[in-house]
Amino acid sequence: MTYRVHPSERIAHRVDRNHFLCLLSEHIERGRLLFDTEDLRPYECDGLSAYRELPWIVALPETIEEVQAVVRLCREHGVPVVARGAGTGLSGGALPIANGVLLSLAKFNRIIEIDRANRTARVQPGVRNLAISEAAAPYGLYYAPDPSSQIACTIGGNVAENSGGVHCLKYGLTVHNVLQVRVVTMDGELVVLGGSGYDSPGYDLLALITGSEGLLGVIVEITVKLLPIPPCAQVLLASFDSVEEAGGAVAAIIGAGLLPAGLEMMDNITIRVVEDFVHAGYPTGAAAIVLCEFDGIAEQVESDLLKAREIFRAEGATEVRQSTSEAERKTFWAGRKAAFPAAGRISPDYYCMDGTIPRKRLPEVLRRISELSAQYGLVVGNVFHAGDGNLHPLILYDANNPGELERVEELGGKILEACVEVGGTITGEHGVGIEKINQMCVQFRAAELAQFHSVKAAFDPAGLLNPGKAIPTLHRCAEFGAMHVHRGQIAHPDLERF
Amino acid sequence: MDADLSESLRQAVAEATDSGTPLTIVGSGSKTFYGRPSSDSVVGTAGHAGVLRYEPTELVLTVRCGTRLSDIESVLAECGQMLPFEPPHLGENATLGGTLACGFSGPRRPFAGSARDCMLGCRILNGKGEMLSFGGEVMKNVAGFDISRLMVGAMGTLGVILEASLKVSPKPERELTVCFERSIEEALNTMNLWCSQPWPLSGLAYDGSRIYARLSGSDRAVDAVYRKFGGDVCAEGDEFWRDLREQRHEFFRADGNLWRISLAPATPALDLPGTWFYDWGGALRWLKTGAPSENVFRAAEAAGGHASLFRGRSGDGRVFQPLPNGLKALHASLKRAFDPMGLFNPARLYEDL
Ligand SMILES: Cc1cc2nc3c(=O)[nH]c(=O)nc-3n(C[C@H](O)[C@H](O)[C@H](O)COP(=O)(O)OP(=O)(O)OC[C@H]3O[C@@H](n4cnc5c(N)ncnc54)[C@H](O)[C@@H]3O)c2cc1C
Ligand SMILES: Cc1cc2nc3c(=O)[nH]c(=O)nc-3n(C[C@H](O)[C@H](O)[C@H](O)COP(=O)(O)OP(=O)(O)OC[C@H]3O[C@@H](n4cnc5c(N)ncnc54)[C@H](O)[C@@H]3O)c2cc1C
Repeated sequence: MTYRVHPSERIAHRVDRNHFLCLLSEHIERGRLLFDTEDLRPYECDGLSAYRELPWIVALPETIEEVQAVVRLCREHGVPVVARGAGTGLSGGALPIANGVLLSLAKFNRIIEIDRANRTARVQPGVRNLAISEAAAPYGLYYAPDPSSQIACTIGGNVAENSGGVHCLKYGLTVHNVLQVRVVTMDGELVVLGGSGYDSPGYDLLALITGSEGLLGVIVEITVKLLPIPPCAQVLLASFDSVEEAGGAVAAIIGAGLLPAGLEMMDNITIRVVEDFVHAGYPTGAAAIVLCEFDGIAEQVESDLLKAREIFRAEGATEVRQSTSEAERKTFWAGRKAAFPAAGRISPDYYCMDGTIPRKRLPEVLRRISELSAQYGLVVGNVFHAGDGNLHPLILYDANNPGELERVEELGGKILEACVEVGGTITGEHGVGIEKINQMCVQFRAAELAQFHSVKAAFDPAGLLNPGKAIPTLHRCAEFGAMHVHRGQIAHPDLERF
Repeated sequence: MDADLSESLRQAVAEATDSGTPLTIVGSGSKTFYGRPSSDSVVGTAGHAGVLRYEPTELVLTVRCGTRLSDIESVLAECGQMLPFEPPHLGENATLGGTLACGFSGPRRPFAGSARDCMLGCRILNGKGEMLSFGGEVMKNVAGFDISRLMVGAMGTLGVILEASLKVSPKPERELTVCFERSIEEALNTMNLWCSQPWPLSGLAYDGSRIYARLSGSDRAVDAVYRKFGGDVCAEGDEFWRDLREQRHEFFRADGNLWRISLAPATPALDLPGTWFYDWGGALRWLKTGAPSENVFRAAEAAGGHASLFRGRSGDGRVFQPLPNGLKALHASLKRAFDPMGLFNPARLYEDL
């Protein structure tokens, strides 16, 4: 395992667990405080299950007052806290701390209000993403961001990760669809960020807390924007003989002024794996396919489809299919949505990466990935949110082979560094967590990391909220930098090497 | 006119750091009327101009902060694209830096997003004179805290924005503005009802007697929608939205206090004396009134929104809605995190920031 808590990221305290449980139980009934190893087990990891750690204590508060009490006690005693939604995160963001409290928001699962006139939903953080759209459906409304994990993941986790979905090219990420959050800060205060309208006075703390991976505060209530359900949606499936052509077609679609609701691409490895599993009728001989969906009023969708079909042909598509029914539209998408489970079926384990790149650099990044894949002897399939440049390479492996996970992680790190080299980023939507914490040292310079730390300290001076995640210490980077040279320079030459 | 002044701007900030001299950041000064008066030495960014990168097929534009909005818009228009948030210029030479610092967005905002929504990345100078980059030129990026969006609307109190990368969007093939006579109650109900239905709207305003609705899309779609939507076609639609955006509409041609009130769009009309103009489908309300600022702040807050004195004078010098204590403390500690010596635009946003 290459991830280790770095000594500089460890929060030491000498509080006795039983004593702390006593203190907690003055505010939360015993039954919602877990400490037996068996009870703690379900919380030992999130979706990045290669990393596990048993928490010290799990607390399951039901009210905001209880959250405040837990946080206040933790602050008073210097105990670290990690918030947790559904634990579907893919970067280890909700990985417990061995001597810390894991604060589960699972009991905050109520939809408080659907405000039809203002098209908003006020919900507790443990509400599942899809449950919001289901509750809004009777009013002809829905919540737009749709991560593939939407049946399970919570809206609190979505805000903490700024999650995206296949429709975010047109409808935006979580940050574009949240109006207000209530947050318990590390000193136990309840603050309201954002407004009931489209903006709020002072600094945009709502934008800052979105995607902050549980480092700045515990989100206890969220008001999201709801949109009218589009009356019509249709998808095109275009096949190409090369990924270059497919990439070119995607650029041409955008360049022509079209704004698809979804624009996704898959490479041949993924197409074959997926087709074997869901039988969506994908062309297994194609080097790449592009799924391109339009939604809105029927007349608009028709004119967009017409334009898009022409563009695909002109860009060399060998075949363009158009969904003729809602059932067929769902089938076209079924393959894309099943990409991860399909990988899980043919391979004992798979590891999903999440880099974002300027779209035009796609062919060169894919070439680099296939070189690395050959070099490490590991199969890599690629699914790509092509519209917004978010690449998900899936590395297939078997954790039972000694040393294989380490090789996978090294390959993953190399892939992310390739993304940074072409002007991209190490994470588009899954977050840094613990997984990409070393790569943060590649993407940012010391002064930038120091600025992140001072933002963190403005909210949480003692660094108790989710320590060791998302933002590496400069000491960690100095050590990592001893092995990596950043753009021809040793990173952080000012810090001593360990 | 393009020039890279980042090094001299960095030096100016570094010297201010050494001598502890506060700095007022000025783009071209078009928005000086907005916010509280700031003081002291001036650091001008207008010369730091130029489009650095523009990739129409990536929908991303990177420019230096001193670039004029009008220049940016012509570059985009050549490729059939636009800034989705339809920024008010409020002056011929308005710079992108000033626009982002003020966080102004125009009529398209509820439908296409705000200035901060479009912000993808930036290079800034913090109060220690360090040049830092955050975010990037890609649509999705969650590496590190979202400092870029935090800069939008901070009125330059957290740092000098040197460069910004923005998400741009295709210009609609066609836009059509239609009008409906309505009373205020009917107007608020109607506008909010339309917004809960899938109409291709891109602007929705009410001037006190008429609703103006802007429809956008392909030729075919706009024609088809108009047949169902109805209303009187407004021949000067484009001018109407431009004048509203630039505050050249007759409503804005008056002395006295002009307030900007932001709240949930379906909020019933507020009980404050004066004349009103509604934008953003009811979520943004302009009010001309002689009412004391205390009353306006209180009414906005009671309705769950917030007010700012856009033009004019308040008795007590307050311009922006006062913050509750918990938030005030967070603002103060964030300000220290970026600008520990309190150099940038002191008191421009709030007295104690
Ligand atoms: C099969 C699969 C598909 C996925 N597809 C997508 C996708 O398409 N797009 C996408 O963006 N992601 C995707 N993900 C990743 C994951 O679902 C998202 O990151 C999701 O937002 C996590 O939500 P969660 O409730 O599970 O949060 P958790 O995993 O429990 O926590 C995630 C982070 O948020 C913090 N957190 C959680 N709740 C709170 C709170 N109330 N207050 C403060 N901090 C909090 C945690 O501390 C942690 O750092 C996928 C995951 C899986 C397993
Ligand atoms: C004769 C004359 C008449 C004029 N009349 C008008 C008029 O009636 N109305 C009008 O609006 N304008 C008027 N102007 C102003 C003019 O048009 C300006 O040149 C212009 O529009 C630029 O201002 P700005 O948008 O750059 O923002 P500014 O007003 O310079 O700045 C707005 C805010 O943003 C901050 N800021 C600016 N740049 C940055 C940055 N890079 N980083 C961080 N913070 C930053 C500032 O500190 C300030 O808080 C007039 C000019 C002249 C010569």
